[in-house]
Amino acid sequence: MSETHAQTVTYVRDSMLPPAPPPVGERGAVKWLRENLFSSPLNIALTVLGVLIVWWLVSASLPWWLNSVWNASSLGQCREIVAASAGEGATGACWAMVRERWHQFIFGFYPPSEWWRPVLAFGLLFAALAPVLFAGQKRNLTLILGGVLAYLVVTLYLAGAPGVAFALSLLLVAGLLVVAQVAPGRLLWFTLIFPALCFWLLWGGSIWSPIVAMAGFGVLYAVFRFGSPFIGLAPAAGAGVVAAALWWLYIDHAIADRLQAALPFAIEAVRSDLFGGFLLAIVIGVTGIAFSLPIGILLALGRQSDMLIVKTLSVGFIEFIRGVPLITLLFTASLLLQYFLPPGTNFDIILRVIILVTFFAAAYLAEVIRGGLAALPRGQYEAADALGLDYWRAQRLIILPQALKISIPSIVSTFIGLFKDTTLVAFVGLMDPLKGVTQIVRADINWKGIYWEPYIFVGAIFFVICFGMSRYSMYLERKLKTDHR
Amino acid sequence: MAFASDAPKDGFRLSMLIYDTRYRSYTIQIVVLVLFAMAVAWLLNNTAQNLAARGKEFNFDFLWQRAGYDIGQQLIPYSNDDTHFRALLVGLVNTLVVAFWGCVFATILGVIIGVLRLSNNWLIGRLMTVYVEVFRNVPLLLWILLSYVILSETTPQPRDFRVTDEMIAAGEEPKASMILFDTVAVTNRGTNIPAPLFDRSLGSIQIGFLPVSLNLLAFIAVIIASVWANRRLLAHAKAVQEATGDRPVTWWKSLLILFGPVIALKFALGLHLEIPELKGFNFQGGILVAHSFTALLIALSLYTAAFIAEIVRAGILAISRGQTEAAFALGLRPNRTMSLIILPQALRVIIPPLISQYLNLTKNTSLGIAVSYLDLRGTLGGITLNQTGRELECMLLMMLIYLSISLIISALMNLYNRTVQLKAR
Repeated sequence: MSETHAQTVTYVRDSMLPPAPPPVGERGAVKWLRENLFSSPLNIALTVLGVLIVWWLVSASLPWWLNSVWNASSLGQCREIVAASAGEGATGACWAMVRERWHQFIFGFYPPSEWWRPVLAFGLLFAALAPVLFAGQKRNLTLILGGVLAYLVVTLYLAGAPGVAFALSLLLVAGLLVVAQVAPGRLLWFTLIFPALCFWLLWGGSIWSPIVAMAGFGVLYAVFRFGSPFIGLAPAAGAGVVAAALWWLYIDHAIADRLQAALPFAIEAVRSDLFGGFLLAIVIGVTGIAFSLPIGILLALGRQSDMLIVKTLSVGFIEFIRGVPLITLLFTASLLLQYFLPPGTNFDIILRVIILVTFFAAAYLAEVIRGGLAALPRGQYEAADALGLDYWRAQRLIILPQALKISIPSIVSTFIGLFKDTTLVAFVGLMDPLKGVTQIVRADINWKGIYWEPYIFVGAIFFVICFGMSRYSMYLERKLKTDHR
Repeated sequence: MAFASDAPKDGFRLSMLIYDTRYRSYTIQIVVLVLFAMAVAWLLNNTAQNLAARGKEFNFDFLWQRAGYDIGQQLIPYSNDDTHFRALLVGLVNTLVVAFWGCVFATILGVIIGVLRLSNNWLIGRLMTVYVEVFRNVPLLLWILLSYVILSETTPQPRDFRVTDEMIAAGEEPKASMILFDTVAVTNRGTNIPAPLFDRSLGSIQIGFLPVSLNLLAFIAVIIASVWANRRLLAHAKAVQEATGDRPVTWWKSLLILFGPVIALKFALGLHLEIPELKGFNFQGGILVAHSFTALLIALSLYTAAFIAEIVRAGILAISRGQTEAAFALGLRPNRTMSLIILPQALRVIIPPLISQYLNLTKNTSLGIAVSYLDLRGTLGGITLNQTGRELECMLLMMLIYLSISLIISALMNLYNRTVQLKAR
């Protein structure tokens, strides 16, 4: 039997066949094309439409980009060069305008001999932001500070900074780099003094006024610290605030003037109306962002509060600000503040605009953060209460970290909105890059009739900054994600 | 055994105002209220002093003075002899018109882009992503200025449209021609569009300040009546179907009911379009739409559409895949799945952020000042303010009006939101 059986089985394969390659339609580029572009009649139609759109865009703009002119002194000359090189009737971009006027788009009318100051402040901004954005990540901190160092070496040299300033600023950043290696947490101190440093670099004047103004915070802290054992935490904090306010209102100027007279150290003062271009946009945007977040958080907490009066005031403030366009608030800053403040008060227009922009952003942030607070499960609040945490500890340790994490995307889009809205300051006579500077350029007889180039240039810079912010928010979201879905 | 019973009952001490939770919230509230009242009093006092120092008074009488300036786009009759109040109304109507059409176009465009961005087609998906990112990350002001400049500097002059006998003889084409079947002419002075005219007009009646066209009212009434009649017809058909099992044929009756009366009314009133024509140096007839309006509308629609597209995309993505699969398992076709299962659920997610986009768009119409569009901001907050020098009154009134518009829009949309929200039992 076994023999016959052996004979019936004529062939048994004893090794695996090598796998056959998939058919041509199911692999590589062909498969990708079939799946992504030609999977159904509708899809084919859409692909054709997409190709047509791309073709139309490219055929309309490619020659224009390719025929770009970088060296010319007027639009007419640009057109001649394009006509000479690409034939009559050809179009070409005239980037020579950007080459000639870039400094107005960046600095406005800031005096050229002082350009190194905004350049330095911009570099140090990143050094100050790094410890906040990448807290405790030695590698990222080193990377950013190294980048700032390289940036400063190049740009300060190009901007013709005085030797002393050049050396001092490089020394400062190098020092920060060392601190980042030894104790990354200490870098936050630089972030704290940066506002005063930046103010002094941009507006100039005596170095003593920002130092004495910062000393006001020192007074606040000292009164709080030494008063609290005797009169309790809350009254000490109140006394500190009052002391600091008195310091700023009455003592500040006198001390700053005395110090300046005793130890004169000042750089050239720059008036606010000389600020313009992206310098102005970034000053307003960064200050607004920095101050609107804490105010927004307070407003959101106020709106969620059980205290009727606090709640009513918060709701009223938020809804009023959100209900009116930013332009009307800016006009309030430029026209109405002179009515609301004591007669004879007149303070800087940029400062007024920053205050109003900050309030505007804070109201929107408050709503965004309220959404985050509402999204938190009730149990988190109850757990915090059960642990015996008081209100502020519960908020700081339990509620806000989670609520803010939930609302990161919306917070960042509010920031992006604020930065884009800085262009509206053009309507109160400040020289923003979009309307203010572009109008000046377009009013020049040499560049009359140019429109694509300035708008593309300004738009591209805005795009890079805003897009960068939204990418950072995605990174932050991923980093803070603690669920494992 | 002694147990700790109640807390010892002390008398009231001043420190309890801060350390006792029973009193603390009252203390804080009273402090806040006092501070707030002081701040308000301080502001009012300053304002009174400043007004006195400038020799101005606070009242709204100036609204009834002669305005003395012209407004290009006026949807209610206005001349420079009218009052500032009338100018304010014209500006308000201009604001509302651009906001309304902006919302309409932005919604249409935004929904299309949001859905296309989700499509399986790689190319279209990428194109739409690029659109959304580019429009979201660049200030609205740039889009407004750019569209205005392009419209007013690249469009042909009216005389470029002229066709002379020599040109016909030489077989030449004019430099520019009208678009959309020769009905719309875009020149550097504005866009000329056809105007609806009535041979047998019903005239108009005055309601308050606004003249309302009876023709328009007649059309609206007829359309509402037809839609209502069509609904009755369908309800009747459904009743018959449920009683007998056979559904009567309704499609031609529906068509007749929906379109018959409107067409009849069109002929009864003699509605026809007046096409703009080149006469002399300019186009005559039709309606001239200023470039400031067109540019503002285009920019607002394109910009807001990018945000609405993201909202729509997020709303559709928020509906879990299981809903679609369940609908398919029930045997629903894809388009019915979309209309019966996905959209009603997605709307719940979409509506609230959509409301805030509409509000943003309405507030952003105030940027029309960049292209000299005379909206509320341009009339009341612009020329009227400058002419009368009443900054305080003009700004307060303007804020109040914007605030009311915002509140009305959000109230209406919240009402709609309530109808689509999940009914919790």
